[in-house]
Amino acid sequence: MNIIEAIGLKKIYSPKGTAKVHALDGLNLTVPKGTVQGLLGPNGAGKTTAVKVLTTLIQPTEGSATVAGIDVIRDPKSVRRVIGVSGQYAAVDENLTGFENLEMVGRLYHLGKAESRRRATELIEMFELTAAQNRPVKGFSGGMRRRIDLAGALVTRPEVLFLDEPTTGLDPRSRLGMWDVIKNLVSDGTTVLLTTQYLEEADQLADDIAVIDGGKVIAEGTADQLKARIGGHRIEVTLIEASDAGAAREVLGRHGEGEPRIDDDGRTLEVPVIDGPRALQYVLAELREGSIELHDAGIRRPTLDDVFLKLTGHVAEEDQKAGTEEMETAK
Amino acid sequence: MSAVTEQRVRTGDGAVTSPMAQWFSDGWIATRRNLIKIRRVPDILVFTILQPIMFVLLFSQVYAGAMAIDDYTSFLMAGIFAQTVIFGSTFSGSAMAQDLKDGIIDRFRTLPMSTSAVLIGRTNGDLMINGISMLIMMATGYIVGWRVTTSIWGFFGGVALLLLFSYAFSWVMALLGMSVRSPEVINNASFMILFPLTFISNAFVPIHTLPDVLRNIAEWNPVSALVQSARNLFGNTNPTFPPPESWTLEHPYITVLAGIILMLLIFVPLCVKKFGSVSSR
Ligand SMILES: Nc1ncnc2c1ncn2[C@@H]1O[C@H](COP(=O)(O)OP(=O)(O)OP(=O)(O)O)[C@@H](O)[C@H]1O
Ligand SMILES: [Mg+2]
Repeated sequence: MNIIEAIGLKKIYSPKGTAKVHALDGLNLTVPKGTVQGLLGPNGAGKTTAVKVLTTLIQPTEGSATVAGIDVIRDPKSVRRVIGVSGQYAAVDENLTGFENLEMVGRLYHLGKAESRRRATELIEMFELTAAQNRPVKGFSGGMRRRIDLAGALVTRPEVLFLDEPTTGLDPRSRLGMWDVIKNLVSDGTTVLLTTQYLEEADQLADDIAVIDGGKVIAEGTADQLKARIGGHRIEVTLIEASDAGAAREVLGRHGEGEPRIDDDGRTLEVPVIDGPRALQYVLAELREGSIELHDAGIRRPTLDDVFLKLTGHVAEEDQKAGTEEMETAK
Repeated sequence: MSAVTEQRVRTGDGAVTSPMAQWFSDGWIATRRNLIKIRRVPDILVFTILQPIMFVLLFSQVYAGAMAIDDYTSFLMAGIFAQTVIFGSTFSGSAMAQDLKDGIIDRFRTLPMSTSAVLIGRTNGDLMINGISMLIMMATGYIVGWRVTTSIWGFFGGVALLLLFSYAFSWVMALLGMSVRSPEVINNASFMILFPLTFISNAFVPIHTLPDVLRNIAEWNPVSALVQSARNLFGNTNPTFPPPESWTLEHPYITVLAGIILMLLIFVPLCVKKFGSVSSR
């Protein structure tokens, strides 16, 4: 069963005096129960807009969506009972303390006073905010504020969790902690939809990744499937002397598929290959014969970064041709 | 983040289940948040306590001599009460704008709470602020010679009317706050609205001293009816300057109640509708 389903979502913003913005342009998305769906895309791709539609914050211009089988447009209040949300920007009351913020959220979920307080204490501990829990959020650092907001999304241990860039602004330790929290929730059956700029995060957490650009999904699959789409291994060597680059380039060219690429530093060369280990052996042997000294050498697998750049870079060009709509005020 | 063993979230005992109880609970939680804010934000306390004292003292001591009215202080107090509580209502405007800016509205809008609760909590906050201001002003007024000469019922009636009017006006400001979305703009804009609204009225001067055009506006200004009602109820009318013979001021109670009801009927639904679609960024 798909716990999140979006069909043909469109959202058109018409800010006064400027061109219309197609924040969502026919977005389709299905997320099976108990999985983690990653939304990946460059700035302005429409990730936040998609999350806002699914969490009942805004109405789409066109299209429909259900969460846990409930229509988000027709019955937003029932949707709100089963979801937890942490938006891109921390939504906290600056004048309340960390504890008061979480207690308030519990009370507004109608958990009752005792249960709300118990849960607030538990979350404060879980997010390591015990020392700061009785200070107004106004004085919190960005990362602490963020953690209070994330805790707010977990107050009821919701069936479906929406996290818009959950680890942006967190230090590495807190980020790993957040990943653990998410993994635990998922093992308990929670479904998570998360957007992220960190491909490693999508790689680590997401069962399925949808790459979004221009308001629609341009590629979808597991991290491995997406990586496979842009080809196999590459060989990368880093020279000690930049003056050897010409000779090294010839060697790599002989064993690779296509033109070797030289980095800006002039010492790092890279080429796609079919059989990584075998090609590397030949390349290393020939470089040694030519007395070219190496700082580093290895086989590189494509990362999601490569996928991301290739997919979205390509689409961005197309977009420019298609152009934004004419000025609304021009007519 | 530490590995705390989580207990199941219990929704059983203590959970609020009936819709009516949920509505009251939501309203109370949203109100409490604003009460905490009053306590913690010094600006609000200054406005609530010091400004009313200053107004009462300045007007009664500085203008009393210049005004050709006997016992100007008694005449004046209802006007100052009205102006102060109406200004107090602008907190709802700037606070709604600030909440949108801070993003907390997005949190509320993803919770299964009643749509009107945040607004009810906010306008209740204004009511609290205005209640405190009224107490301070009445105490200061007493020191400079203001007296209620009617009855305890007149006294409570006057206070209730002033607070009710300001409560209804809070909803007007809340809508403005959600539409304009900038606390700074709201603060500046409200002065542009509130100064004419309170000064082109009988709050500080007898209406017949105004030029014709302004006098007509003043007669129909609901603030005039509010001030006139309060003066009548407190027994602060000045025999030398009876209210002008306009229907609105001869029937100030009906006029001001109609104004209050109209404001609530129009702006409560508009606010709730607006709240249902606003989002922070
Ligand atoms: N309220 C709004 N009014 C006008 N345009 C908007 C509004 N909200 C979003 N947009 C536009 O819609 C597009 C998608 O925005 P969105 O915030 O969904 O992007 P995003 O993928 O979340 O980007 P980011 O990675 O920067 O968070 C952008 O071009 C943005 O400028
Ligand atoms: Mg975003």
